[in-house]
Amino acid sequence: MPELLHRKLERTATGFMLAIIVAASVGGIVEIAPLFTIDETVENVEDMRLYTPLELAGRNIYIREGCYACHSQMIRTLRDDVERYGPFSLAVESQYDHPMLWGSKRTGPDLARVGGKYSDFWHVAHLTNPRDVVPESNMPAYSWLARTPLRLDDLGSHLRAQRSVGVPYTDDMIENAARDAFGQAVPDSEQASGVTERYGEETQVSAFDGVTTRVTEMDALVAYLQVLGRLTKAAYQNTAAPEQPPNPND
Amino acid sequence: MGQLTTRERDLAAAILVVLAVVGIAMAAAGRADPLGIHGAIVLLYSLALLYLIMSTSFGPAPDPSRVSRYYDDPIKVGVAFTLFWAIFGMFFGVWAAAQLAWPSLNFDTAWASFGRIRPAHTTGVIFGFGGNALISTSLHVVQRTSRARLPDQLSPWFVLFGYNLFCILAVSGYFIGVTQSKEYAEAEWYADLWLVIVWVTYFVLYIRTLARRREPHIYVANWYYMAFILVVAILHIINNLTIPVSLGHAKSYTIWAGVQDSMVQWWYGHNAVAFFLTAGFLAMLYYYLPKRAERPIFSYRLSILSFWGITFFYMWAGSHHLHYTALPHWVQNLGMTFSVMLLVPSWASAGNALLTLNGAWHKVRDDATLRFIMMAAFFYGLSTFEGSFLAVRPVNSLSHYTDWTVGHVHAGALGWVALITYGSLYTLVPAIWKRERMYSAALVEVHFWLASAGTVIYVFAMWNSGIIQGLMWRTYSEEGTLTYSFVDSLLAMYPYYIARTFGGLLFLIGAIVATYNIWMTVRDVPVAGTERHDDVPLAGPVPEAAATGPAE
Repeated sequence: MPELLHRKLERTATGFMLAIIVAASVGGIVEIAPLFTIDETVENVEDMRLYTPLELAGRNIYIREGCYACHSQMIRTLRDDVERYGPFSLAVESQYDHPMLWGSKRTGPDLARVGGKYSDFWHVAHLTNPRDVVPESNMPAYSWLARTPLRLDDLGSHLRAQRSVGVPYTDDMIENAARDAFGQAVPDSEQASGVTERYGEETQVSAFDGVTTRVTEMDALVAYLQVLGRLTKAAYQNTAAPEQPPNPND
Repeated sequence: MGQLTTRERDLAAAILVVLAVVGIAMAAAGRADPLGIHGAIVLLYSLALLYLIMSTSFGPAPDPSRVSRYYDDPIKVGVAFTLFWAIFGMFFGVWAAAQLAWPSLNFDTAWASFGRIRPAHTTGVIFGFGGNALISTSLHVVQRTSRARLPDQLSPWFVLFGYNLFCILAVSGYFIGVTQSKEYAEAEWYADLWLVIVWVTYFVLYIRTLARRREPHIYVANWYYMAFILVVAILHIINNLTIPVSLGHAKSYTIWAGVQDSMVQWWYGHNAVAFFLTAGFLAMLYYYLPKRAERPIFSYRLSILSFWGITFFYMWAGSHHLHYTALPHWVQNLGMTFSVMLLVPSWASAGNALLTLNGAWHKVRDDATLRFIMMAAFFYGLSTFEGSFLAVRPVNSLSHYTDWTVGHVHAGALGWVALITYGSLYTLVPAIWKRERMYSAALVEVHFWLASAGTVIYVFAMWNSGIIQGLMWRTYSEEGTLTYSFVDSLLAMYPYYIARTFGGLLFLIGAIVATYNIWMTVRDVPVAGTERHDDVPLAGPVPEAAATGPAE
């Protein structure tokens, strides 16, 4: 009997295709739609910060260079993951990540909490030639980043596009995006104070690549790496094994 | 293109002029952005095709008897694209693999660094090689199993050249730093939009051909091609919903964020495997295997069971890529459950294929082409078993993030997808070029052993490195501390990275041998009388009552 039914179905192309669409849609609808409606999917956290324009630009360089192909940003709820990399990742920590960069492969270590674990200087040396600091490394060298100036003039439109997909950037932030990117990488400049005003006292203002005369792609990438895992302290609260977030000034 | 009518040529020229204008607009709007470079590529591509069209536009009118034959010209060009992208994609695969063992092999250039050539490899083989193989074979299979000619002569060319423009935009984008970073969907918004247009045309072409069929039943290979076309469209559109920074920027931001984005991404990613790399290639299996073995498919019921099982179950399985992450536990469990259940329809397909060969095993021994198809079915069974196994949470806790996943993917991609493609090509090429056989049976044999050896070396290397890596990461000393640093585990990988490069190199050499063999076959003079009188579309009315089984 079912076979007869199917013989009928396979005589009509339209019917067959509708059946394919129905059969193939169920799984996605059941698994994806509730993620938007069930409130516990993403935790509510008070202290969640936004990426500064410089950090966002660094994130885009991380994407452009395909860093996600070898580095995950997702610490799993497994003992050895937590002891190696820090408290397991929470959904809220990538709440504003368009797209998420959880990754699928660890040719290099996880970077979800790399922020603050190494100095800016270490990162610059490592990115310029990884084998200078880790002789066994097989990571590519990214020496051109320090030679390439960062494009600042369109950062406002980047923030505006981020806002249109749901990241709460204010008009003030969008208007001052280029100023803030410059200020964050040039601590002594007059633009520097605006960054912490708009993005919070925790924001790191630093001459990331060690050169304050211009803002390079190296500044942006290091700024991004240094904020990884430090947008909120939620992961360090209410965990079984309390641990303090890394403090680069230690 | 010689068979295009004047009207079809005019229409083609009009489309290309519009495309050239779009290219100019992109180049102008994106002057200060990589988008400008892509505008120039679109412009050059459309001008080159326009030149081709114009240079033949004053040729003789096409032979009116053409409608009594199948339209195979686009398939021939599609085969050429397939062979080109195979070598391109596999070359970048070998290069990327070599960089992991010898990191200075990017010669300190940005475009050739691992993170940029890795997506060039994956896009080149999945979309370039796999996609062109799927389009070419689908146009061959749908005509034969429907006993009907393609409904028009322009849309297959649009699909073929449009699709390859997408591939070119995607791959060239990675070199200049244009990527969405979504795995296996890295192309940016304008390339994605273009693919939607191409894909809708492909769908309409396919459905119109089916509507002209002279067989009452739609053959099982076409079910899989339909599922491939339809579901890939759904996946592509939903996963690629983005907001561009501006119309002058290549960069865009996906509308999905964080945990929801991860689920959408792996719902897409896993079903790209299911409906791009499985369904479409199963369609090849269901047509070229019985053709080559000259035996009917073992079981019609198993075909139905496996088709609907795959179509329904696969869409639930994506969350097994996210075990132990911040994705809610219930979704992880659903993904694991359905992944395990998937073994049933998967093995039903593999079993159906292998049982079809019962009574034809002597042909498998003598005919390397049939052996390609047999090995593909075997590797399909192997990698679907492995897939279900790796989706089980405790197993996944060891294997995830390691090379084991890479090994698993390549057991499927080399052992299943590439072998079934070459088996199909070796059947398809003599058929559409009206040759009696391939130029050299010995070279097919050589290719078979290169490909098999390459796959086995690659997969074993990755199994070893993945399991060693996973175990080192979780080894504890007696004092309860982690025994190995990350760098310790990296050092242990180097021998395997060299072995996998070697395995991949063997596979690449095999692909070059295949290309040479096919080239020489095409260059040969056609043998008179090889055109079978039954290899033509039916002209009479639909034989409504006569047919009860699938065509051919």
